Amino acid sequence: MPEKKIRVLIAKPGLDGHDRGAKIIARALRDAGMEVIYTGLRQTPEMIASAAVQEDVDVIGLSILSGAHNTLCPQLMSLLHDKGMNDVTVVLGGIIPEADIPALKKAGIAEIFLPGTSTQNIVEFIHKRIAH
Amino acid sequence: MGDHSKETTQTVTPAEPTSPHRKPSAKEKSWEENSLRPTLEKNPERQAEFTTVSGFPIQRLYTPADLSGWDPDRDLGYPGEPPYTRGIHSTMHRGRLWTMRQFAGFGAAEDTNQRFRYLLAQGQTGLSTAFDLPTLMGYDSDHPLSEGEVGKCGVAISSLADMEVLFDRIPLANVTTSMTINSPAAVIWAMYLAVAEKQGADWKKISGTLQNDILKEYIAQKEYIYPPEPSMRLVIDTFEFGVKNTPKFNTISISGYHIREAGSTAIQELAFTLRDGLEYVEWGMRRGLELDEFVPQLSFFFNAHNDFFEEIAKYRAARRIWHKAMVERYESQNPRSWALRFHTQTAGCSLTAQQPYNNVVRTAIQALAAVLGGTQSLHTNSLDEAWALPTEFAATIALRTQQIIAHESGVTNTVDALGGSYFVEALTNEIQRGAWDYIEKIDALGGMVKAIERGYPQREISEASYRYQVAIDKKEKIIVGVNDFVTQEKPLDTLQIDESVAHRQGERLSKLRSERSNDEVARRLGALRKAAQGSENLMPYIFDAVKSYATLGEICDAMREVFGTYEEIAIT
Repeated sequence: MPEKKIRVLIAKPGLDGHDRGAKIIARALRDAGMEVIYTGLRQTPEMIASAAVQEDVDVIGLSILSGAHNTLCPQLMSLLHDKGMNDVTVVLGGIIPEADIPALKKAGIAEIFLPGTSTQNIVEFIHKRIAH
Repeated sequence: MGDHSKETTQTVTPAEPTSPHRKPSAKEKSWEENSLRPTLEKNPERQAEFTTVSGFPIQRLYTPADLSGWDPDRDLGYPGEPPYTRGIHSTMHRGRLWTMRQFAGFGAAEDTNQRFRYLLAQGQTGLSTAFDLPTLMGYDSDHPLSEGEVGKCGVAISSLADMEVLFDRIPLANVTTSMTINSPAAVIWAMYLAVAEKQGADWKKISGTLQNDILKEYIAQKEYIYPPEPSMRLVIDTFEFGVKNTPKFNTISISGYHIREAGSTAIQELAFTLRDGLEYVEWGMRRGLELDEFVPQLSFFFNAHNDFFEEIAKYRAARRIWHKAMVERYESQNPRSWALRFHTQTAGCSLTAQQPYNNVVRTAIQALAAVLGGTQSLHTNSLDEAWALPTEFAATIALRTQQIIAHESGVTNTVDALGGSYFVEALTNEIQRGAWDYIEKIDALGGMVKAIERGYPQREISEASYRYQVAIDKKEKIIVGVNDFVTQEKPLDTLQIDESVAHRQGERLSKLRSERSNDEVARRLGALRKAAQGSENLMPYIFDAVKSYATLGEICDAMREVFGTYEEIAIT
């Protein structure tokens, strides 16, 4: 029986338009056999949570480079909780100071990928996480 | 719209690394036979292929055979003269050093004002303003979408009141200021001009640069508000206003920097930027502006990435292409229109979060390329910018890097030190050819606005960016400290911007809205809205609105109502 494809929503919350990272990740995950939906730019946490429900995704990948992660990530996590999406794995990539990482993980972000992470590491992380 | 897949696979490959037209001399052939071949048989080279950071193939050796048909008088010329390969001034950095212009902005206006005055005291020779994302997107600091973003990526400017604080005790008559603002550029420029007026500075004498390059926003950085047509109208409005009122101000900085940061190759950066430049020229002429009146106020902005010679060749080719286009396409009669002037910033995307002190070295190499390539002004990035906005400590080292190149390295002692190098001249030719192929391709698509609407440059960049990532993941390209020579390290101390900036800004805006004449604001915004529906130049209306202390968000909203907003089709 063919394995069900992992469904991933790649989202860029906030006002920033630097989408190089988000687009590379979207393509790398697709090349790794996942089903990838890219939201496009400037998505509010509400829009991302609704898209996640609608697309019934296993993983949400957020790309934030602007420093707004401490505001946007907890907002998204609480919206996902309200919508009953407690199983979805949320990962974050971008420019995230190390001091902010413990609070983000506490808010429910499964992993934070910093600049320089290889795309294989991200693919492997998702495969392991979803297999469990 | 049809199928674009054919377009995406187009690769512009100028001249084979060993061109079949190459005619090596007898001496070169004998070297190949007697020296090279035995060496290769004993010790093969480290790699099968050597390429630039852009993936451009580089030969083992360049000789006169690579410059057949190359005429030094015609193709190289002399500095300050067409085709400007060697630079736009006859004495270049012997006469005057480049402007050391460090991009700065964070927090509220008073925080950045303090950093500006610190940088000037350290010997910086020009200012360059970074605005936060709400400002770049035309939202006030208290707009719901601004939450979490106020003062983070730059300074928060919501009204003329903030701008007055930003330039407090900085005499705009004497300091040139660059402002990195695009979609709301006309509004921010109006604020700047209002501050200059209040300080008593003569608009005819003040100088500086407005980035104002909306095309590269659609292509790369994606900070757009309105659709392309009304956005281009606003840009041309500033050109027209600038020709009449501020003849020394660069009304645009046509930017390859962000195109490169989005992952383009050097050739794509060059080609898309220059084609953007030609698009502005054409729209200006269509408005009825006199070519040789407005073109001298256009300036350029390029990236300085890691590949030293590729970057130098890129700047040299840029000048030659611009001269060719101005003279051949538009029959310009004014040498001031022919000479491409540019600012350079070292490549932010080349900085690594790992082993951040190595970034000082990367930045020094990149800055050296910009200087040898004949830049007019330069920003050097700080070592901590893969983590956050720079601390004062890191920003000072970045400025010192430029001062060391200027005063200690000796590279400023002669003009175009690399001119006549077989390699640099051959690479300059090849990059020029590659960029020109792209320019013609975009011409064939009906110009840059049309090409953008079809997603052409966006797709080309996306492909290049992915290719580069794959090369890094496969270790075909080594990034020190990232995919090789990796060590464990302690985190850096970085600059933190807390939410108190947003609170301060919020309070300041409430106070402003209660103290200003809201009737006058409504009248000015009404007049702007009405003018936006017609075809008049909007600068005077924007200026009046700014002076009534209408906020950035209110002014941009008035135009949003008339122009609508733009959504791109996301390409992955």
